[in-house]
Amino acid sequence: MTQGRNQITAWLLLLPAVVLLAAFTHVPAVMTLFNSFYNTPRGVRPAKFVGIGHYTDMLSDPVFLAALKNNAIYAIGTVPVAIGLAMLMALIVNSSIRGKAMLRMSFFLPTILPMIAVANIWLFFYTPGYGLIDRFLGMFGFAERNWLGDGSTALGSLMVLAVWKEAGFFMIFYLAALQQISPSLGEAAALEGAGRWYFFRRVTFPLLMPTTLFVLINAIINSFRLIDHVIVMTRGGPDNASTLLLYYIYQTAFRFWDTGYAAALTMVLLALLALLAFVQFGILDRRVHYK
Amino acid sequence: MSGIEIRNLNKRWASFDAVKDVSFEVKPGSLTVLLGPSGCGKSTTLRLIAGLDAVTSGQISVGGKDITGQPPAKRGLAMVFQSYALFPHLSVAENIVFGLKVRRVPAGERARRLNKAVDILGLGTLLDRKPSQLSGGQQQRVALGRAIVAEASVCLMDEPLSNLDAQLRHEMRKEIRSIQQSLGMTMVYVTHDQIEAMSLADQVILMRGGRIEQKAEPATLYLRPATSFAARFIGTPPMNLVSLTDGPAGAIVKGSSGPALVEGNGDGLLLGLRPEEIRIEQDGVVPAVIRGIEYHGADSILECSIGDQLLQVRVEGIRRQSVGDQIRLGWLPEAMHVFDGADGNRIERRPMIGHAAAERALRLVP
Repeated sequence: MTQGRNQITAWLLLLPAVVLLAAFTHVPAVMTLFNSFYNTPRGVRPAKFVGIGHYTDMLSDPVFLAALKNNAIYAIGTVPVAIGLAMLMALIVNSSIRGKAMLRMSFFLPTILPMIAVANIWLFFYTPGYGLIDRFLGMFGFAERNWLGDGSTALGSLMVLAVWKEAGFFMIFYLAALQQISPSLGEAAALEGAGRWYFFRRVTFPLLMPTTLFVLINAIINSFRLIDHVIVMTRGGPDNASTLLLYYIYQTAFRFWDTGYAAALTMVLLALLALLAFVQFGILDRRVHYK
Repeated sequence: MSGIEIRNLNKRWASFDAVKDVSFEVKPGSLTVLLGPSGCGKSTTLRLIAGLDAVTSGQISVGGKDITGQPPAKRGLAMVFQSYALFPHLSVAENIVFGLKVRRVPAGERARRLNKAVDILGLGTLLDRKPSQLSGGQQQRVALGRAIVAEASVCLMDEPLSNLDAQLRHEMRKEIRSIQQSLGMTMVYVTHDQIEAMSLADQVILMRGGRIEQKAEPATLYLRPATSFAARFIGTPPMNLVSLTDGPAGAIVKGSSGPALVEGNGDGLLLGLRPEEIRIEQDGVVPAVIRGIEYHGADSILECSIGDQLLQVRVEGIRRQSVGDQIRLGWLPEAMHVFDGADGNRIERRPMIGHAAAERALRLVP
């Protein structure tokens, strides 16, 4: 068979995948970039080229700035806590304690529940007066509180839920990584007199770094990507106190039908995620030991 | 320098006795090998000495001090693991001084000990490498380096050579022995390889099923095995064990018509004969038939039958014999070992043949 026919066969075999990928990923992405330079067509008026008009508008859009700030707080607040908790839980369920299987399951359970279901459960927890949290705090004499309805606690309440939901998932990665570490390393260190903390600091933690990098990137992407609980619990309120970037995009595109502006917002989100990924791989990768 | 004393050591897992009533002593500066098939309790015994597992009962002393309940770090031991247990993210130098850093040995002293170990092991050019960039033999050296810098008087080794190829194993064996002797270490060495045990040890402790089968110097283990298991475990090919039965004048090989080999009755006894001690002789005492020939190069293994018993005979080079030939076999009286067929213990019986053959052989020499 000739080289040329080989090439044709290869491309024909790739065609179905290429068509799907192009139609649903690449073309929409390029179209979004393209649309972000046009304003939204209305009725008989076609879309008009506005250049970087949408992008300059953003700088004076208070809701966009609030969403950006909220998302930054949300990411910085949830990602390290979720990762730290995941590592701690993995260390606990990797040790030889009783009821290990039970613990593993209960730590992992939040992950398998759909976000909508989780949000509804926590909606009940946060209910003012008779919700689980108020009832518990009430025993110690705390007053009722509208956790989700108060601008100062709404975002924090969403963050607690996010940590609870994510940590179990990341724990699985850490558990897999921990089980890759040979137990004889711990024994060798014990013979040398290394304590548990010393061993964790000098051996376990560095050996978990590849996992940490992987989990970190996933956690940050998730913090920009998952907004189901915002829709169910607060709808960004009160007064945009819990609006996240993606929720604002969703609102702009499908509530206000301002697709041009939504396209520009989407580009900002994508650029932000790309930047974060580059920074992480570029800087941290050099300091991570891979086997 | 300190010796080790183990008294009545027992280790019981949930429903399984891994180590049963093990007692032995390791003299200061000597090398003791724990030898046995897998699952015999040799590694468990080593881990009990190291303190990595807790003893069920018994006592372990190092340098006259009871350390039975002490945590591993307080026992003053170094250990080399089968998998080497090198930290994959640390360089060779960091791996070697890891323990010294834990114990806060000052930097100057650390460097001195590192240099000394590196000189002994020839690791000079590899100090900045990571373990994954080293060959198996080099990794083994790093693991040894960690044991050397600890300057512990007792060093434990858990099958340290089993991951190396045959050539390297031979070199490292000699190297370990010379390091042990030049540093005067007291060493306990676990292996399932009888050649390693025989060539390294001052004392071999042969274990089976959690118990000590025999503890002796290598030569004694070979020349006077205490049980039929010890007899079969040492030597390649292993010692022949043929069943005996009662004959008119003494014990004869089962299924044969004589001659009497040892005094007394023979039922239920086993006769042990090493393949390398049996000779094909014109006037050998026992008639046999060749059943098979296996050519090995420097020697050949003949499979012969006496009565209804089969035994292997090692002969040098290629022999002219062929399968089915009638031959006569002979051996020296000391080559015969008698064991109880039921419990495998050695029994002393006076040989009834061999004296004459030996005398004849002596008479033929001049």
